[in-house]
Amino acid sequence: MSDGSLLALNLAEARDGLARKVFSARELAAAYNDAIAGAKPLNAYITPTPERALEMADAADQRLTRGEALPLDGIPVAVKDLFCTKDILTTAGSHILDGFHPPYESTVTDKLWRAGAVMLGKTNLDEFAMGSSSTTSWYGPVENPWRRHPEPQMGDNRPLVPGGSSGGSAAAVAARAALAAIGTDTGGSIRQPASFCGIVGLKPTYGRCSRWGVVAFASSLDHPGPMGRTVLDVAIILGVMAGHDVKDSTSAPMPVPDFAAALSGDIRRLRIGIPKEYRVDGMPDEIEALWRQGVEWLQAAGAEPVEISLPMTKYALATYYIIAPAEASSNLARYDGVRFGLRVDGDSLDEMYVLTRAAGFGAEVRRRVLIGTYVLSAGYYDAYYLKAQRVRTLIARDFAKAFERVDCILTPTAPSAAFIIGENTDDPITMYLNDVFTVPANLAGLPAISVPAGLSGDGLPLGLQITGRAFDEETVLRVAQILENAASFRHLPSFIAGGGG
Amino acid sequence: MALDKAAVAHIATLARIRLSEAELEPLADELSSILTWVEQLNEVDTVGVAPMASAASVSLPMRDDVVIDGGCREAILGNAPRAARGFFTVPKVVE
Repeated sequence: MSDGSLLALNLAEARDGLARKVFSARELAAAYNDAIAGAKPLNAYITPTPERALEMADAADQRLTRGEALPLDGIPVAVKDLFCTKDILTTAGSHILDGFHPPYESTVTDKLWRAGAVMLGKTNLDEFAMGSSSTTSWYGPVENPWRRHPEPQMGDNRPLVPGGSSGGSAAAVAARAALAAIGTDTGGSIRQPASFCGIVGLKPTYGRCSRWGVVAFASSLDHPGPMGRTVLDVAIILGVMAGHDVKDSTSAPMPVPDFAAALSGDIRRLRIGIPKEYRVDGMPDEIEALWRQGVEWLQAAGAEPVEISLPMTKYALATYYIIAPAEASSNLARYDGVRFGLRVDGDSLDEMYVLTRAAGFGAEVRRRVLIGTYVLSAGYYDAYYLKAQRVRTLIARDFAKAFERVDCILTPTAPSAAFIIGENTDDPITMYLNDVFTVPANLAGLPAISVPAGLSGDGLPLGLQITGRAFDEETVLRVAQILENAASFRHLPSFIAGGGG
Repeated sequence: MALDKAAVAHIATLARIRLSEAELEPLADELSSILTWVEQLNEVDTVGVAPMASAASVSLPMRDDVVIDGGCREAILGNAPRAARGFFTVPKVVE
């Protein structure tokens, strides 16, 4: 097979081709290595690992030949550079982790490699996963492979953000520079870039996938999860990533179901909640229209739409922007120039700390650490942090109440399509508004997926989001696949590695 | 809440981030606008509502108090900007 046609396969198809020996894992890995080299202008990868990919592919080929294939044998996967990978540079997109080569492997990536997956490299992200645009990385911004117009003379064709913070992973999958990827989602960082890049992204239930070995941003909100070309692809990867881990005390001791088997195509009589509070001011009509279209698709498949109310929705962002910075300021205290990463020398220990952290953190990280420090400081803790935690309870309660009446909730993923690199940077709050539909599921710890459902008027992908009950990824995936089939999203971005085929 | 330059300088000291004098004013504006925006939460009646620290419903698990990992000093020190004789080293703290 040509590189172009190898790269066009989704995960399930590639697995089938490997099993039937139509091509080898090495051929597949080599095609992706070339694709990554060709996709360099997108800046989706910080550290490609082509040699490691070939070694792992060779090992997979040996198992495939012996008929001892593992669940993901030979499947090339990109890893957000927030997951610690043993002896491979791990940066979190930050200057302060200069040269950090973890002496250990994150639980989730370890599970992937043990299942036979092939590591393509580490993908770019917003610094410490703090952002919605993948523009704050020390390693430069990621470019979305989609453009508004394929030809420059047709109109404004400036490069767009891929969303964030898992923007490198999303751009790589969309541009066929990765077959699938893993990301993390603290306030929408898997789902919003999936929506912006026209791929599928799933944030599982809190506790479903171990956080051990993931560089911490906000521990009570961070969720590792899969990103891929299809709902089936992410269901397959989730099955490998998920499971209890004694090394993460918040990891849930729950059995891992066969997520792929949950994709029955039958959603008859399922009740789909439509929250009226998600009709926010300034949301483009085309997103509202796509949402209505989504309702009709699910209705046509036999589901029953139910108008619901999540009255605390409007307070979710403000709650998030207290809790996340508070946890971040605590987690990021470890970057002190002593044990790993950057050190800027000073005359005293304290001077070394303040100089190292001033040089090592970018503007957005610094802003959030300062906000977090403030809301946790004596005299302000109750007014800000404790208040936000109480509102968080009410947000979770809204969902609990809704799930007494419905089986899942349908909303748009984001209030806009991808925007131009450099836009929304004047005012931090404008950037924060990107997460208005995704943040509530993080606060409540619920599973939520984004599925590409249509194109905006200027030709950019738009996603729809399904949110479910805790530990009911199966329903979320099943409904998502109905949307995927109905939308039958076959559009391709302007930039495709290997030229398509 | 409007923060002034002195307040920002104090927070930066707590956070151990050196800020230049020129950075204080713009940061005071940015942080003040974020704090003013999050204060919309004051509209919400939270009397008698318990704070939520985590979505994990499980209580912290206990395990036997035994060593399960370790003995890898070289690997740990391998990432240190400065190390000597099996220790991390920092500027002199005690005179």
